[in-house]
Amino acid sequence: MALSGMRGLSVFISDVRNCPNKEQERVRVDKELGNIRTRFKNEKGLTPYEKKKYVWKMLYIYMLGYDVDFGHMEAVSLISAPKYPEKQVGYIVTSCLLNENHDFLRLAINTVRNDIIGRNETFQCLALTMVGNIGGREFAESLAPDVQKLLMLSSCRPLVRKKAALCLLRLYRKNPDVVNVDGWSDRMAQLLDERDLGVLTSVMSLLVALVSNNHDVYWSCLPKCVKILERLARNQDVPQEYTYYGIPSPWLQVKTMRALQYFPAIEDPNIRRSLFEVLQRILMGTDVVKNVNKNNASHAVLFEALALVMHLDAEKEMMSQCVALLGKFIAVREPNIRYLGLENMTRMLMVADVQDIIKRHQAQIITSLKDPDISIRRRALDLLYGMCDVTNAKDIVEELLQYLSTADFAMREELALKAAILAEKFAPDLSWYVDVILQLIDKAGDFVSDDIWFRVVQFVTNNEDLQPYAAAKAKEYMDKPALHETMVKVSAYLLGEYSHLLVRRPGCSPKEIFSIIHEKLPTVSTTTIPILLSTYAKIMMHTQPPDPELQDHIWAIFNKYESCIDVEIQQRAVEYFALSRKGAALMDILAEMPKFPERQSSLLKKAEDTEIDTAEQSAIKLRSQQQMSNALVVTDQRPSNGSLPVGQLSLVKMPSISSNADANAADEVLAHANGTLSKVDPQPATPSPDLLGDLLSPLAIEGPPGAAVSAQQNVVPGLEGVPNAADALALAPVGEQSNSIQPIGNIAERFHALCLKDSGVLYEDPYIQIGTKAEWRAHHGRLVLFLGNKNTSPLVSVKALILPPAHLKLELSLVPETIPPRAQVQCPLEVANLRPSRDLAVLDFSYMFGTTPVNVKLRLPAVLNKFLQPITLAGEEFFPQWRSLSGPPLKLQEVVRGVKPLSLPEMSNLFNSFHVVVAPGLDPNPNNLVASTTFFSESTRAMLCLIRVETDPSDRTQLRMTVASGDPILTYELKEFIKEQLISIPTPTPVPAVASAPAPTSPVNSVMDPGAMLAGLL
Amino acid sequence: MIHFVLLISRQGKVRLTKWYSPYSQKERSKVIRELSGVILSRGPKLSNFVEWRGYKVVYKRYASLYFCMCIDQDDNELEILEIIHHFVEILDRYFGSVCELDLIFNFHKAYYVLDEVLIAGELQESSKKTVARLIAAQDSLVETAKEQANSISNMIAQATK
Repeated sequence: MALSGMRGLSVFISDVRNCPNKEQERVRVDKELGNIRTRFKNEKGLTPYEKKKYVWKMLYIYMLGYDVDFGHMEAVSLISAPKYPEKQVGYIVTSCLLNENHDFLRLAINTVRNDIIGRNETFQCLALTMVGNIGGREFAESLAPDVQKLLMLSSCRPLVRKKAALCLLRLYRKNPDVVNVDGWSDRMAQLLDERDLGVLTSVMSLLVALVSNNHDVYWSCLPKCVKILERLARNQDVPQEYTYYGIPSPWLQVKTMRALQYFPAIEDPNIRRSLFEVLQRILMGTDVVKNVNKNNASHAVLFEALALVMHLDAEKEMMSQCVALLGKFIAVREPNIRYLGLENMTRMLMVADVQDIIKRHQAQIITSLKDPDISIRRRALDLLYGMCDVTNAKDIVEELLQYLSTADFAMREELALKAAILAEKFAPDLSWYVDVILQLIDKAGDFVSDDIWFRVVQFVTNNEDLQPYAAAKAKEYMDKPALHETMVKVSAYLLGEYSHLLVRRPGCSPKEIFSIIHEKLPTVSTTTIPILLSTYAKIMMHTQPPDPELQDHIWAIFNKYESCIDVEIQQRAVEYFALSRKGAALMDILAEMPKFPERQSSLLKKAEDTEIDTAEQSAIKLRSQQQMSNALVVTDQRPSNGSLPVGQLSLVKMPSISSNADANAADEVLAHANGTLSKVDPQPATPSPDLLGDLLSPLAIEGPPGAAVSAQQNVVPGLEGVPNAADALALAPVGEQSNSIQPIGNIAERFHALCLKDSGVLYEDPYIQIGTKAEWRAHHGRLVLFLGNKNTSPLVSVKALILPPAHLKLELSLVPETIPPRAQVQCPLEVANLRPSRDLAVLDFSYMFGTTPVNVKLRLPAVLNKFLQPITLAGEEFFPQWRSLSGPPLKLQEVVRGVKPLSLPEMSNLFNSFHVVVAPGLDPNPNNLVASTTFFSESTRAMLCLIRVETDPSDRTQLRMTVASGDPILTYELKEFIKEQLISIPTPTPVPAVASAPAPTSPVNSVMDPGAMLAGLL
Repeated sequence: MIHFVLLISRQGKVRLTKWYSPYSQKERSKVIRELSGVILSRGPKLSNFVEWRGYKVVYKRYASLYFCMCIDQDDNELEILEIIHHFVEILDRYFGSVCELDLIFNFHKAYYVLDEVLIAGELQESSKKTVARLIAAQDSLVETAKEQANSISNMIAQATK
């Protein structure tokens, strides 16, 4: 092959190559750059040939890794040269040197466009190639229609058409909003009839991009894809030049199967049958052969076929064939196949049925954990992590721990994290969990984050049975000579809290425990010393009767650190010293730590945050759906201290007697309202309280589908009689809870929590998390919705619709149709409160994940109490106001029965939580409460509201409430609102049981059992 | 999609780079530095895949040269591995048993060839014959232009004698 070279370029390249070291190379390069710069400055004397030569030299220098910050202009200007050789160089060098964000590219747009629409095929090719490789937004805006036209032009030859297809693909992929593909389904179908396999390959890539964004409109392409696949698989009418090592274009086969994976399902039985025939042929007919390339190509097709089979959720038989194949692959010698076998097995875990079959390969997978190739080890680790459950956790975690000692540095952190998560989720018993984590700290302390040992402390604190065991284990480790500092921290903490439980064992007297801990003090850093000081104080406290010698020793240590430069240490030393002189009072102050409120494992959260791998993600998703081990679930069920139950409009219905009484009371109020107050009329009548309970209960809205359906049937007939549009709204979600995607966490609880605080998570499922953050000022509010895509693929067709109640003005800013992978978008919602009302705004939210449509209706926490602002009144302000508002409709009184029994301080807290401030001591009767607040709305402006509650010490389940304000509607709404808060009783989780039970029974039980209720409250 | 193509020699010298996703100059050098560290240190008989920053790099060594292509996590690795081989076969046919020196002194030709194989990080043509034909046509266009230029300058030279 004759090399039509440029002599100057070759000479320069040889010079650079002959440089003996890097410095001389730099000298030579700098000299050349200087030369080029001067030549470019005086552009007139430059022949096209020279210009071309210098631009090539620039590219070469650039490739060597030197900065080339000039000459871009010259490269770009070559694009407009009239002759092919210069133009070609211009296009190629520009697309190598610049990226889509460079301003210089703008200069070329016109020339590029002229080349694309011109008649010169070779120019068209150059221009399409460059735009296809680096085209950005501006190119998309000005060129997409031309490229589209060219692609469809019947006179367009294959060499141009395939470039046009890929060029369009680039423009569309980068800026789907700019490229108009309306009506392209027919054109794509037409393009798929192409006989030229080169063109078809490019067109198929384009189709993959189009269907990945929106498969709905491209249904007509589906049968054609299956046809193409059949043609290739049967090797019909495939020219020799398009077979690769005897395989009809493996790339086109792979692409076609990729496109098919974007369609949710194949309904047409004939098409489905022919596709399965092809897939079956690929699955069964792929043999391992000697030629590497042939092997790779055929397995590329095979793995894509596996993916398609998994996607189509084929018949069980085919699926088990796939697992069998993968089982074979993970044991072969060829490392690529082993790698892909493990990777695809992890993906396969998503198909629930095959888990047991995969477990059969556990031994082989564990062997891969010791593979010489880190890529394979990573896959094996992910797969083990994904396949772990209660049955095999012990084996797998122990295997991981063993591997930890020899694992390479790059994997240790991940390994430690994964072992910790699995141990937590699937521990067969808690002592095993403690063992595992302590071993983990012992072997890889550097990679065990604080989260992990905090979690151990939490578990031990919350499980009394575990405490002596944990303390004994901690002592065992402390006896070792060299310890990781994290081990010192956790052991010291555990021994401080629980070593007194070991006191009868040999070597565990307080003195001995103290001395083994104190031995470590000189070896630890300043972050650990405070923990040790706390431990000393605790040991001293637990030593009964006091041991003067030990006491003096510890005091001496506190004394020593009283002047420590580290504030934390100093403060602890001073305080513990002072406290320890208090004698008996020390017992109270340094008593054991109370149980921790149960919280989400920060480990799992962290794991999710650091995940990037899709296969890994699928495993994590799977994890979150799986049953956890019983050992840990027990502790998980403890009611959380943090959640305030006040906002919970729970499903407990009123006992029938009081319900009737209340219904009567409500009727009275209604009659009253209708009779005397025409103003109340627009405000819908309230149905009897137990019906209200049904409507607003979590059951009605977020209960499990089965229960929700039955609840709906129960409720709807009752409702139809009630002309209450606003309340019907609250019911609306019931019928549409047919989502297959399960939300994470309880939506009702999230909503109630948000009623009392201003930021938090409103909704979460495996794909999306919706958080809110709100600011309220007078009758205005701004609630920002944070829509976070948790995945590595985009969420599409995102729609958010606000169903506003009449009293709120709601403006939601534009919600984007697509949420990019792992991105979060913020959508502010402006809220204005027009009138007092307890009705709720509902967010109708939907999106598509892959092919699964998800739709949820969520209540928005723009509730009445958000427009309340606390105000504290003194007696001389309160009483005149109270007296001036005399009698209905401005002052309403009601006897409320079926109240959850609360002590007065608890009730005050409840009131405070929704901004109604209790003024203590205003009412002379200690059983009464007086409270005030300011309500803001457009119609009422700022309005003072006064509340008085008279409780009956002999019967906590009833009280008399009086509410007064300057606006009759407000008085009524506020009274009802407070009533809702008072009569709601949070129940433990088993929703369906209550749902099926008729009203009277279960609630009576709850009311009868104040202990249970208090447990719920705390 | 393929995000970039790298050709690195065993000594870590870059022989060709092509970026289909936008990377700044700084990022490009960083990527090259990092990846040559990872890939050149891998022993023989390992898989051809390296997991790197949430992407995968498929690479294959031919004599003293490493051909690397960076793809997304869920792309088909073996398909890319054979794109590499396909590209190498085309280079081989074009240069006639290609060696590293061919690619050093004719790096610009390697770019022409690559542009006929890949666009937008996707395979454009899987027929070696078609690619060879197109490259030959381009070469002859350049040759013709050169001859024309020569004859014109000859004529001018003669006329002004």
